[in-house]
Amino acid sequence: MKSIGVLALQGGFDPHLRALRKAGADARPVKTWDEIRGRQGLVIPGGESTTIGKLLVLHGLLDSLKELLGDGFPVFGTCAGLILLSQRVVGREQPLLGVLDVDVARNAYGRQTESFETSLPFEGTEKGSVPAVFIRAPQIVRTGPGVQILSVYEDLPVCVRQKNILAAAFHPELTDSAVLHDYFLSLV
Amino acid sequence: MSDTLWSARQKATWKTKLGLAEMLKGGVIMDVTNASEAAIAEEAGAIAVMALERVPADIRVQGGVARMSDPKMIREIQDTVSIPVMAKCRIGHFVEAQILEALGVDFIDESEVLSPADDQFHVYKHEFKVPFVCGCRDLGEALRRIGEGAALIRTKGEAGTGNVIEAVRHMRTLMDQIRQLARTPKEELMTFAKNLGAPFELVLEVAETGRLPVPNFSAGGVATPADAALMMQLGAETVFVGSGIFKSADPKRRARAIVEAVASYNDPKKLAEISTDLGESIPGIDTRQLSDTQKLALRGW
Repeated sequence: MKSIGVLALQGGFDPHLRALRKAGADARPVKTWDEIRGRQGLVIPGGESTTIGKLLVLHGLLDSLKELLGDGFPVFGTCAGLILLSQRVVGREQPLLGVLDVDVARNAYGRQTESFETSLPFEGTEKGSVPAVFIRAPQIVRTGPGVQILSVYEDLPVCVRQKNILAAAFHPELTDSAVLHDYFLSLV
Repeated sequence: MSDTLWSARQKATWKTKLGLAEMLKGGVIMDVTNASEAAIAEEAGAIAVMALERVPADIRVQGGVARMSDPKMIREIQDTVSIPVMAKCRIGHFVEAQILEALGVDFIDESEVLSPADDQFHVYKHEFKVPFVCGCRDLGEALRRIGEGAALIRTKGEAGTGNVIEAVRHMRTLMDQIRQLARTPKEELMTFAKNLGAPFELVLEVAETGRLPVPNFSAGGVATPADAALMMQLGAETVFVGSGIFKSADPKRRARAIVEAVASYNDPKKLAEISTDLGESIPGIDTRQLSDTQKLALRGW
């Protein structure tokens, strides 16, 4: 059984724990460097990217985590997790891990009343589609050459992979589908 | 009895409402009265701000009818911060709620802190696209609000007092009742629901899952990092702080300290460090000296 840590500094870590367990992983919340490093992969959940970023700095985790992920430790980020993995946030300075070669625009799909659910084509598996919940979601506005696009919504990439880094602008963990969690576990 | 839970049968937008509530877990939501306070809150690491004209401590002192904030102030705050912006409407005032939805606020608090507009009925919250948070003192009140469509519950405490005793009482009451429900045999559940004044289907769901169908936050009287950590250890998943920050001597330091305390709520060594040298707290009120008409928590039906 694969052991996965879900970063539990702030945000929607509970639904990821449930989704990962459903997908057959041994999933636990992690908060410290030893807890993170002791697992085989990491999930960075949704939440407030500014808050999670500040807490990574406060707990002295930002630089060591950046190095770990840069060395190929498998990671899956959703929504705020995607923002934290990205290289740049348009128009803002905030603490980032910067290991995924994409730029993002925060809240670019609108405020909460514009949040929505949909179903998206997914190129990572044969099943071919994935239900997606977008909540004050970020947009991926640039992708680097090493970034594979796995899912697109209205002409913009919403799920991407770069080697062992998987990231989605939406929340697969809030649906009953384990397609993306299965896919992530296949990278671990 | 239906074979799926009440939560699983709600309309499509329920997932996005509940989803945002999930994303707000493990943080601090701060009351702010203008754009510069909102910027301080965001800089300190708040996960969201609550825009309101007067913090509860001032509403207590100044009296009068407390209403929804001026849209101008809400817009200024929305333009200043990137984190979610919440705002309050009066209990039962569905037009204030419609206005707040039109402004694009991310969450509406149908709040006992403002003067109630209706002394019998709350807003029917399922009809809105925007999610609602409501206060409760016990499980019955929590499930009535969820039945009306609230996607997030906060225990009320006693806002504007800087005294955590009511917040503790409400959280303990709620958690005790959930634990009690989880070990109640099926044939007793209808009477349990009747005694709580709670919707039967939601009682069934809590009995089966052992938790509320929505996240459970804490509010009302949190003044120090230790208070915030106390509420988290008692079962709160996030803490609302109102007057406690901007009525203290050094709001910037206190805001940051409370954010850090929630992140390290079960690490007493860190809490000791975080609690050091923060300056004066909000003075506070002995809630036993409040008359029933002064108790905001009694508003809500």
